[in-house]
Amino acid sequence: MNVATRTTNMKTSSARRTRLLRVLPAIELVMLALLVATPLVLSGRPELITLMTNIVILSLLAVSFDLCWGFSGIMSFGQALFFGVAGYVVALVGRDLEFSQLWATLPLAMLVGGLLSSGMAAFLLLGKKTPTAIFVALGTLTGSYAAERLVAGWQYVGAGNGLSAIKLMTLGSYEFVEGVEFYSVALSSLVIVYLASRVLVRSQMGLVLAGIRQNEERLAFFGYRVQVYKALVFSFAGSIAGLSGALYSYHQGFTGPSNMGPGLSTTAVIYSLFGGSGTLIGPVIGTIAIELLSYVLADTDAIRQFWPVILGIVLLVVVMFQPTGLLGLVVSARERIGSYGIRKGPR
Amino acid sequence: MALLEVAAVTKVYGLLEALGGVDLKVEAGSFHGLIGPNGSGKSTLLKSIAGAHYPTTGTITFDGVDITTMPPYQRARNGLSLKFQITAVLTEMSVYDNVLLALQSMETPLSLLRSRSRRSLDGEIMHALDRFRLADRADDLAGELSHGEQQWLEIAMALAPRPKLLLLDEPTAGMSPEERRVTGELLAPIKQQCALVIVEHDLDFIKSICDRLTVLDQGRVLGEGTVADIERDSRVQEIYTSRV
Repeated sequence: MNVATRTTNMKTSSARRTRLLRVLPAIELVMLALLVATPLVLSGRPELITLMTNIVILSLLAVSFDLCWGFSGIMSFGQALFFGVAGYVVALVGRDLEFSQLWATLPLAMLVGGLLSSGMAAFLLLGKKTPTAIFVALGTLTGSYAAERLVAGWQYVGAGNGLSAIKLMTLGSYEFVEGVEFYSVALSSLVIVYLASRVLVRSQMGLVLAGIRQNEERLAFFGYRVQVYKALVFSFAGSIAGLSGALYSYHQGFTGPSNMGPGLSTTAVIYSLFGGSGTLIGPVIGTIAIELLSYVLADTDAIRQFWPVILGIVLLVVVMFQPTGLLGLVVSARERIGSYGIRKGPR
Repeated sequence: MALLEVAAVTKVYGLLEALGGVDLKVEAGSFHGLIGPNGSGKSTLLKSIAGAHYPTTGTITFDGVDITTMPPYQRARNGLSLKFQITAVLTEMSVYDNVLLALQSMETPLSLLRSRSRRSLDGEIMHALDRFRLADRADDLAGELSHGEQQWLEIAMALAPRPKLLLLDEPTAGMSPEERRVTGELLAPIKQQCALVIVEHDLDFIKSICDRLTVLDQGRVLGEGTVADIERDSRVQEIYTSRV
């Protein structure tokens, strides 16, 4: 190809690049603005601030699942395991050591979640044989179920009653109770985790993960240690779930066996699929939508008795007829991959 | 020492013996064709060399290293590259990103996380695409390419990491006669870069680009030699005239 032709082609490519709509960053900015404005808008409604704090904390869990499934093809039904164990750890540190400084306990929760998920990854992903998706799904589900059963029968951690009256999260002498301050900590955590996850999935490593999700075998023949990449992402996601679990325990002032069981793990899956997996922001939107819908339906007199049925039908319809979730309506598959599918030429 | 040495390799699936003690030597820089009727074991042998499955018995040595039971990623890192029989380009990614993915495979996860080579690899990626007439399709999705273009993209991807040996499994399958001719033209310059083992049903195509041929029949080597040697071999003529 001569230089003139090549130049023409490059111009064509540039023109094509500029035509590619980048919807995700706009959605991300809108969501950030809404979440930042929430305490101002809801200043007279403390119960709604509490609800939104819960939602932001659960969004972290949904993002951790999205990293596994939406970006790396790991169907994890065990994210609640890392969430729950980290929640118990900070509760026990508060009870037994009377220590709840967030600068130490939140990183500790991430470490616990990260180590636990690394151990599980070593067992499920790094064996001699390449694991199937079903094996990983059942393995994580079993881990979550076994932990719930174990804790439910363990007196030291409160058995079936869980641990209540958890020591308040502190920073110096300041104690975080429900309200705008706790919401700010939760939102700051979400923003930091989101940005870190975004760097990961939009990096060249994110491109590898996108490749793994599409054709694992092909990537192995390129020379990639596919299972190692999966284990790294799984461990990172586990540490995010751990952070989420610690914040949840502090915020609720209580933690129980169900916080590490398959029920919550499956809820995280639904948040992600409903909002749109493989987008990071989709699971956040999914969590907000489902939790707000639950709140409104549960508070409506006419349908108070059977609101879970209505919610279930809505979720089923979305998952069946819109498998790419709510965001799939506006975000193309291409935009979800690597560097938004737009190449980065030399400066 | 030859670049690739396959010694007494067998592959048994249940009661079926797909390979029955195959020997093969490929010298550095040579183009070696594997031919034979359907079911003769060509693809099985190629997959054994690439690591898609392991031989039942026998050894495979590549560049002085025993790779018989080495996983595919390690073989790739040692300089072996495979183009699959069924095109395995990543259809949801751009043509450009497909080659980037192939080129950055030797980097560490940390380096990839920092995206350090994205810009510096641009020239190499465009050169690889240019070579296979795909430069103007760089920003298109790989799934939007024609079948022949996808085959070229996959060869470009397999060549991108500069392998010592390229394994091509039926690279012209499903191509038009014109696309096959162009493919032959595109493959010829590879000889300066690496050795090639190619499985192909199109005898005219394989004779036009290969130095040596190995003929397989029912999992065994029927003949081996230069193209002229094989063309004179009456046993080869017999299987091709009676069974193909």
